Amino acid sequence: MLVRILSRVSIFLASLLASSILVFLVMTLLPGDPARVALGVNASDEAVATLRHTYGLDRALPVQYLEWLKDLVTFDLGKSYISGALIAPQIADRLQVTLLLVVVSMVIALIVSLPLGTLSAVRHRHLDGVALSALSQVGVSVPAFLLGILLIALFAVTLGWLPAGGWTPPAQGPGLFARQILLPALSLGVVQGAVVARYVRSSVIDVMREDYIRTARAKGLRPMPALIKHGLRNASIPVVTVLALQLATLLIGAVVVERVFVIPGLGSLLLDSVSNRDLLMVQDVVMVLVVAVLLVNLLVEVLYVVIDPRLRTVGGRS
Amino acid sequence: MTRSRWAVVALTTGALALAGCNAGSSTTGTSASPDGSASAKTGGAITIGLVAEPASLDFTQADGAAAPQLELTNIYETLVKLDNTGEIVPSLAKSWKVSDDKLTYTFTLVDNATFTDGAKFTAKDAAFSINRVKTGWVPSVKAAMDVVSDAKAVSDTELQVTLSKPSNNWLYKMTTRIGAMMSEAGIADLANKPVGTGPYVFSSWNRGDSIELKANASYWGKKPNFDTVTFKYFKDPTALNNALLTGAINVVGTVQAPESLGQFESAGKYQIIEGTTNGEVLLSMNNSRAPFNNLKARQAVRTAIDHKALMDTCWAGKGALIGSMVPPTDPWYEDRTGDYPFDLAKAKSLLQESGMAGTPIQMKLPANLPYATACGQVVKSMLEEAGFTVNLSQLEFPAAWLQTVFKDADYDMSMVAHVEPRDLPAVFGNPKYYPRYDNAKVQELIAAADSGTAEEEVTKMKEAAKIISEDAAGDFLFVLPNLMVADKDITGLPKNAIGESFDLSQLGRS
Repeated sequence: MLVRILSRVSIFLASLLASSILVFLVMTLLPGDPARVALGVNASDEAVATLRHTYGLDRALPVQYLEWLKDLVTFDLGKSYISGALIAPQIADRLQVTLLLVVVSMVIALIVSLPLGTLSAVRHRHLDGVALSALSQVGVSVPAFLLGILLIALFAVTLGWLPAGGWTPPAQGPGLFARQILLPALSLGVVQGAVVARYVRSSVIDVMREDYIRTARAKGLRPMPALIKHGLRNASIPVVTVLALQLATLLIGAVVVERVFVIPGLGSLLLDSVSNRDLLMVQDVVMVLVVAVLLVNLLVEVLYVVIDPRLRTVGGRS
Repeated sequence: MTRSRWAVVALTTGALALAGCNAGSSTTGTSASPDGSASAKTGGAITIGLVAEPASLDFTQADGAAAPQLELTNIYETLVKLDNTGEIVPSLAKSWKVSDDKLTYTFTLVDNATFTDGAKFTAKDAAFSINRVKTGWVPSVKAAMDVVSDAKAVSDTELQVTLSKPSNNWLYKMTTRIGAMMSEAGIADLANKPVGTGPYVFSSWNRGDSIELKANASYWGKKPNFDTVTFKYFKDPTALNNALLTGAINVVGTVQAPESLGQFESAGKYQIIEGTTNGEVLLSMNNSRAPFNNLKARQAVRTAIDHKALMDTCWAGKGALIGSMVPPTDPWYEDRTGDYPFDLAKAKSLLQESGMAGTPIQMKLPANLPYATACGQVVKSMLEEAGFTVNLSQLEFPAAWLQTVFKDADYDMSMVAHVEPRDLPAVFGNPKYYPRYDNAKVQELIAAADSGTAEEEVTKMKEAAKIISEDAAGDFLFVLPNLMVADKDITGLPKNAIGESFDLSQLGRS
């Protein structure tokens, strides 16, 4: 088991290194010059060159990369090109906002998907099961931002029940925070819930065909208790995988939804920084997202081992 | 059993969420109530929604229009400022005299202004501010101060500025950000603690969301009506409109899509303010390469475009037709729309005469500017009607557009609104500027206008604008309107956006 976890951790570190190279290369390919954006349209070439030197952009690419890597490893994210402010506190601040949004969305996704998926699996030969399945298919096809726009049009603009956007830290106004996060979390959560529900459904259907469920039924258990007592733990393995993948999707989806709902999260920081060519900020934000996604995947790997005793031996089925 | 286990999961997640309770609160101060419900009527607060958030509050080190829009005339004041009709009027300078050789400006300053750090504003600070533009500023706007050879304090209230050559434009530029008056003690941390003499002081910045200003209790002039003014920033124009419709803000400071005004008209509880701007939407042509190094090809473009129909189609008929690079609020404005009236047959024959009919046009538009997206397609189809072949592509604005079109001039045609005030000299007087228009006569007229008397300035600039129009150096589609929507009881909003600032000084509630 230890070997297994160690190998996963080394894959994690290798992926980090590979991503950092990729992120850095993509940034250098991005058209546009941060110094020119900072200086404005009438800047002379000399002024641009001076500022490029100040930013350190005139150094050789490998040198720039290694410097950045060194800073990353020592958790020194540097200063923003544009505002001159330290990057790490800004990312930390925005990350909290995005994580809160993602967590609330995930809770909504679970609330939607687990009953919906299980029910449509148990009733998959009946009309209501098919209808639930079709409904989740519709949910899968709707982009979160579109759902967000529709929710705003209905609940904020037309009915006036909820604010159309904005963000209040929960400590400053828990009531307002709850009202403001409801619509964005719903738009992310419902769509994710529909995706997860389809996996829950197929996973539960698979499990219900297994011999041990038939045995449980044979000894007199009715379908639901048989499923709950013997099936759900088995059915949860593929679902946990999908949840992890969806967590990454949620983080990315939050970028767009934050814009629709005017939420000062990591996504809006990323978009602003790209548009200002605040390259160091962009690199750092993307690396934080990469770390988050890789960490989730690592956790899932570890979680498998916890859920499935068969994986606890080195030679176990993976 | 299992049901309760799921409940545990939900509770744990909820607890996690609560642990992150302070998310987004690491900035100082509190943000205005996004409902606007509590603060709007009672406490003298107002929230104004805008699109572009400043990247930094320190406009001496970073370029961009958003910081001066927020800070100029509100936090920082200038010696002279622009009123809402485009006249230069006194501000921190009560009056000024110009010597006969037009080289020496003597300003008499107000004697009761103080900086928000408590220090008195004197001519020494004014001289310091002017000199620092040349030595301590980074953005290219600082070049407008190059003409100053010396600035010194004669007494506490008398400032003498000497120019190296006569320049009408210099006094005008003193109304822009480079004229902002700061103090030597106040510039230590301009990005976080701006220190000015204005009616408002910086209070807090919730990055990615809003900036709050508070009334300056010790302001030397007329005290502002509102205790708190919040600028709230919306990347998405629809979100901006929704914020007003749901009462989260009181003013939409700039309407990004004129066709969206209808929803406010029908609601009945808003006022729509329609003014003008300095933003000439320029259909630029690259005068340095084929096909637009050819006069007839450029004339064909100007003749092929039905400007009235264009403005009706892509900008809901809002704005003003100009015909040259001068907005209606400038002293040398003339209606030049008659130079090339729309005439499709004539456009076709001009194009044939030019011999450029077979040369496709590389039209490179800024991708994320609403007017360019909306009007670009219309221009393309009007030009194709006249026989041009147009290859349209889009570039991210500003970075990619600045690199390809602006710096490298690798384009035939583009479209951007030039919002800088009095920008004809910058765009058409400098052959290296991206339209690559090189006309010695125009350059001469511009120089003569800058050094001449006030009357000469007007006549020479009119003449330069006429030549640029007749030469079809570009096509001048229309001037962007200044469109605002506000709660009915808000008064004193700046109708025209012709300076660099969003002037809050007259703002009130009826």
